[in-house]
Amino acid sequence: MRPNIKIPEKYRVVIDNDACISCKRCIKECSYGVLDFKDEKVKVKDGCVSCLRCVIECPTSAIEVSEKPSQFAPHAVFSPEIRRSIISQANSGGVLLSSCGANAEYMDIFNDILLDAAQVTNPSIDPLREPVETKTYLGRRPGKVVVDENGKIDLDASETPIVVMDMPIMIGHISLGSISYNAQASLFRAASELNIIAGTGEGGLHADFYPMAKNLCAEVASGRFGVTSNYLREVSCVDIKIGQGAKPGHGGHLPGEKVQKLISETRMIPLGTDALSPYPHHDIYSIEDLQQLISVLKESTEYKVPVGVKIAAVHNVGAIASGIVRAGADFLTIDGLRGGTGSAPRVIRDHAGMPIEIAVSAVDQRLEQEGLRDKVTLCASGSIRTAADMIKCIALGADVVGVCTSAMVAMGCTVCQQCHRGACSWGIATQRPELSSRIDIDIATRRIVNMFHAWNEELKEILGAMGIDSVESLVGNRDRLRYIGPNPRIAEILDVKHSGEGWG
Amino acid sequence: MSKRSENMMIDAGMRNDLGHPLDYRELNRRIREVIASGEDRLVLMNVMGQRYIASATSNPRMRIEIHGTPGNDLGAFLNGGVIEVFGNAQDVTANTMNDGRIIVHGNSGDITGLAARGGTLLVKGNSGYRVGIHIKEFEGKGPNLVIGGYVNDYLGEYMAGGTILVLGLEVEGSPVGLHVGAGMHGGRIYVRGGLEKHQLGPAACLADMDEKDEKVVSNLIDQYEQAFNIKVDRSVPVSKVMPLDSRPFRGHYDSTTI
Amino acid sequence: MEHDYYRSAALSLPEAPRVFAEQSYVVDIPDQHKPRMGSCGIAGCINIDGSLISGAKIEKMITTMSERENGLGSGFVAYGLFPDFAEEYCMQFLFESEEAQELTEEVLGNWVYMIKDEKVPTYPQRSMNPPFPLVWRYFVRPKKGTEAYIRTGLSEEDYMVRLVMSINDAVPGSHCVSSGKDMAVFKGSGYAREIAKFYDIQRYKGSMWLSHSRFPTNSPGWWAGSHPISILDWSVCHNGEITSYGVNRKLVEMAGYKCTLLTDSEVVTYLWDLMVRRHRLPVTAAAFAMAPWYYRDIERLPDEERRLANQLRITYKEAFLNGPFSILVGRSEPAVTMIALADRKKLRPLVMGVSDDGNSVYAASEECAIKSVQGDASIWATRAGNPAIVKVGEGIVRRGTEAPFLGAIG
Repeated sequence: MRPNIKIPEKYRVVIDNDACISCKRCIKECSYGVLDFKDEKVKVKDGCVSCLRCVIECPTSAIEVSEKPSQFAPHAVFSPEIRRSIISQANSGGVLLSSCGANAEYMDIFNDILLDAAQVTNPSIDPLREPVETKTYLGRRPGKVVVDENGKIDLDASETPIVVMDMPIMIGHISLGSISYNAQASLFRAASELNIIAGTGEGGLHADFYPMAKNLCAEVASGRFGVTSNYLREVSCVDIKIGQGAKPGHGGHLPGEKVQKLISETRMIPLGTDALSPYPHHDIYSIEDLQQLISVLKESTEYKVPVGVKIAAVHNVGAIASGIVRAGADFLTIDGLRGGTGSAPRVIRDHAGMPIEIAVSAVDQRLEQEGLRDKVTLCASGSIRTAADMIKCIALGADVVGVCTSAMVAMGCTVCQQCHRGACSWGIATQRPELSSRIDIDIATRRIVNMFHAWNEELKEILGAMGIDSVESLVGNRDRLRYIGPNPRIAEILDVKHSGEGWG
Repeated sequence: MSKRSENMMIDAGMRNDLGHPLDYRELNRRIREVIASGEDRLVLMNVMGQRYIASATSNPRMRIEIHGTPGNDLGAFLNGGVIEVFGNAQDVTANTMNDGRIIVHGNSGDITGLAARGGTLLVKGNSGYRVGIHIKEFEGKGPNLVIGGYVNDYLGEYMAGGTILVLGLEVEGSPVGLHVGAGMHGGRIYVRGGLEKHQLGPAACLADMDEKDEKVVSNLIDQYEQAFNIKVDRSVPVSKVMPLDSRPFRGHYDSTTI
Repeated sequence: MEHDYYRSAALSLPEAPRVFAEQSYVVDIPDQHKPRMGSCGIAGCINIDGSLISGAKIEKMITTMSERENGLGSGFVAYGLFPDFAEEYCMQFLFESEEAQELTEEVLGNWVYMIKDEKVPTYPQRSMNPPFPLVWRYFVRPKKGTEAYIRTGLSEEDYMVRLVMSINDAVPGSHCVSSGKDMAVFKGSGYAREIAKFYDIQRYKGSMWLSHSRFPTNSPGWWAGSHPISILDWSVCHNGEITSYGVNRKLVEMAGYKCTLLTDSEVVTYLWDLMVRRHRLPVTAAAFAMAPWYYRDIERLPDEERRLANQLRITYKEAFLNGPFSILVGRSEPAVTMIALADRKKLRPLVMGVSDDGNSVYAASEECAIKSVQGDASIWATRAGNPAIVKVGEGIVRRGTEAPFLGAIG
């Protein structure tokens, strides 16, 4: 018996030989070794992941990649996907890895939510003519302005460390290591140009990126890679990463082969060693320990920058969030289960956590009940794919949304979910120099800037249509949402009325 | 009094039998009756907030004098004739005016001259927000709006044609608010006493006055001086606001098929 | 189809005072022909020397703008009404039944000392839709010094706020419509002229009056939900629609206020109380938080003012009233004060006027309301988001055209 059973191919690659000019570009572009040149023709081997690099780069559009119809006998319960997983695990005996966000058919609640617009009783606003503001702050708010005995406002006593952003968008934490130098440089430069914040991810900050530190949020995760006093003082804010939506309760593992010179220097670990982020922070076994880490970070940064905490959305997220705010976090990031990753066990990616729509509403409601909502900035991430998702997420309760995957799609990523293999043909999730050089930093920066600019314009269009001229008036304004999905219980949990229900 | 002279004057004020001023529907019905009778002069006394006065009047020889405070939408859809107000006008005066002339010996409120495409409006004093919003011109015909004092924000918003002149008489500093010409894509705004760049809205820009502009401004000042019997000091420099482009927001949209 | 409101009202109520006949406002347009476009009317008048103004004046102001209402609610508030009981809180109630009143009095007995109570005279009009509430007022003092009072740990004012919130939230059919000192709110469902008749508003005299006539769209027209909306000595007449209501409600509910009136306007009242009384913000700073400048304009402010402006936007972003509004705000402490404020885009009408002798100051949605009672008034408009402030004893503190924070920064 063969030790391994072959798993049927998922994608079919067809070369149009009439159109092909045999330039062999596709063969060079394919980082998965699928294409070959034999008998004066491009030949297709197994292993296509549908990254579309060859399709898009082919000068004569001679390549077509399509999903192969399943060859498995139809079965309503044992889907082809499940059978493929079982075969693969029987071959390897391993934990299935994957990347990008959850690929299970969980309800996409964003698509079940409709936005309001102004008609008659209030005027809508044309954002091209009249100002619609999207400036957003990140950090702790004092709750009230301090007024002295003479009735005068004491500004020094009222101000708290705050980061100003021109859009309610943060590019999420993506470490150098999980993505290439060029990809991270593009994200950071785009953040600077847009005056928003980008997360560093847990990998420290490469020396070249320090000039952009004012638009960066330093991640302090369980591995503490690259965390130095200088790093903490240069950035605009600091984020303690407890978990991420794609793999709640899980740590990180950057395999040694990716830890090359660049990564080694930035993470401050020897060349070629695995970089392991422990599952928990081993100085945080409870909420009072978290308070300790928040406090030491504030002390070390002399109370000049906001310190936040990022958690994966899990079932008790409301109570955990309130504990985190009480522990002193200035901002709080909730990452929903559809959030992306460079590598995660598939079983966790697809089965643990909760959707960001429910989590952000639950946290917003809980913080309100406890009288804490006006003290903290709430960031939400986990598959904010479009401006529509962003707007709905803000209306559900987020001050700021975190975006990762879409920013990478702007650079070329096609969400083929092979990041964990380190062979990204688009030069993003890879440390192979011949691949990462495929990213032209100037072009990629422009593309990311374009995308977020367009999102922000769409945000203003929607705000204007709702008769709102500044984004803070949408935050948690669930009155302006209606639910149109199949499960009214979700609407109840979201604290959103059903479509057809009026105002009062 | 003869029937004719009775028609020439309507007292719109407090009616003891009703306990409140003449209702606007009755007032406007009677105005229309007078116009239909061939009269070309009409005086309204004690006007107190009645709306829609003389709306859609078309007779180019008609002259209506108003004493008091006419209500919103004075002279809406005006298509000819002269309305002269001795007092202040409220909001949306000269709404969608097509022709004719409105003279206000006082101030006018917000949204004065909304969407006008012809005619002349002269306001002796100040005016409110969004004056001259979306006025336009077609085949050489456009409205002229002259405000003697200051105007508030969003002057000439969406403006697609026509001419606005703000004189800034007895005003210290710039006589216009913020967001001047926001989204304008036609027409011209003249500001006597000037304005700074930060007062401009998107798609508007400052331009140099040329000979033609001087002539237009001079002509409008003549009309203002004549209407209110005031001398305007013509040595004060006038700034001109113009649209950057007739289609200012082309780059805003992406029409790629996806 | 002519409606003669006075005649029908007089038939039903032979005891109605004769003065009604001369002052009554007869509607000569049948309601079904009234335009159905939304807007409300607001009007206010104040005498700077504190001399008293008859309710007839405010009634005339508001009814001059009858085009702005649709008969679903109106109301009046008078300040300086009860010189004999100026130190007591005057709690004025609408009761839907005798049971509601009994229950309310039981609650009041636990919380406050009753100094005096009286039925508020009312004259139901035939043109109005029954049922009509029982209207009662109580002059009370908090039971300070009792163990229960001390246990709450609240200031006297917050104790009164909690009492009002508790009754409105928990006692069915009982609505405390005003609870301040030396002031009272008279409001209900009907046209302004009907509400004025219902309460015989002309029998009252005050140094300041505010009034509202309502054209409700998104919220039901009902007695307690009419304006002015009041807590302690604050009262607010609001014309507009708050597009940020969900956000504003969050802030006031976190601060302990309960939104029970089914109208977005309610939060405006609580925001004033929260920011000015509890957080002790100067009125200009609170107004700025509700109708802030654009960031690009804030950039042009001098240093200290720019810092304050940004800090107000950051701290009180949930107090920002987005969408179109013009509001009139009244309070009696420390001095009887009228505040008039329009939204930062100036999407609702608001004009001010002052009499030739400088003593009487007015605010209204339309100039005609002012001119109808003060022919010689000179008129001005406030700037968008810029409050006009008028105080008895002090005069016009601000015209609403000045720089944002005069004297607010320490």
